[in-house]
Amino acid sequence: MTMRRVIVLAAALLAATPAIAGDDWVPPVKDPMVRKECGACHMAFQPAFLPARSWDRMMNELADHFGEDATLSADKARAIRNYLTANAGDVVAAGRASKYMRAVAPGGTPQRITLNPDFERKHRKIPDRVWKDPRVVTRSNCPACHRGAEQGWYDDD
Amino acid sequence: MNRVLFLAAILAAAPAAVMAADARRDAIIADYAVQAGKAAPGFAGFSARRGEALFRTRWAGGDERTPSCTACHTENPRAPGRNAKTGRPIDPVAVSVNPARFTDRDEVEKQFRRDCKSVLGRACTPLEKGDYLTFMREQ
Repeated sequence: MTMRRVIVLAAALLAATPAIAGDDWVPPVKDPMVRKECGACHMAFQPAFLPARSWDRMMNELADHFGEDATLSADKARAIRNYLTANAGDVVAAGRASKYMRAVAPGGTPQRITLNPDFERKHRKIPDRVWKDPRVVTRSNCPACHRGAEQGWYDDD
Repeated sequence: MNRVLFLAAILAAAPAAVMAADARRDAIIADYAVQAGKAAPGFAGFSARRGEALFRTRWAGGDERTPSCTACHTENPRAPGRNAKTGRPIDPVAVSVNPARFTDRDEVEKQFRRDCKSVLGRACTPLEKGDYLTFMREQ
């Protein structure tokens, strides 16, 4: 391989995997239907933040989704389940996902991304007044502070 | 000349799209009217006034974070809102500022199913749904 070809390849790799630039990144949700349905009431969280078994449980319990009836038609629910489990943190292990997965108990099916110890650690310096800001409302409102959250970027602290 | 035609086509298409949206919304309301008529033989049409009352009433049966529609949609249907549970911004519900509202039957039904349970603590009746849409159509 010529030197020039090596450089081109390296540049292509860097462009394809932004995770190399920093690990406050996860692969964004690319499926338009998943973006729409999972993003109707809250941001469509990236599946890499939870293991596949968590997403399976979540899709089984949509009738009581954090107190909300989030049920969907069977065909949409099936497609969403497939996407979430295929791109789950324990499947893709890209970017921040591996750090999140390290904190998940073996066999555990956590549902709240915001209770992951890695989330807690990264947000421990956030003062209370920020969490209580009326534009924030809840810890799961990532884009309130992380402007690139929908695209998978959380590197703006 | 081609440019003139192109411009004319764009100008013609914009109101046409709004009209198609209006027709879809009207069809949804007409559907609720049929259901409301079946539920109550004395049904005499929807009322924007009743729809507004529904929108502003503070209910007691639902989630305490969403006692009324206004908890997320604000007192002004023409203003953008914010989901009271998640902080997610919500586009205005008033048709005048958001012509795409209430134009997809499945979306409308899905939203009523979720929000009525959350705000009223029960499903909405066809009469309530039709009143609500009639109010928002005039807003």
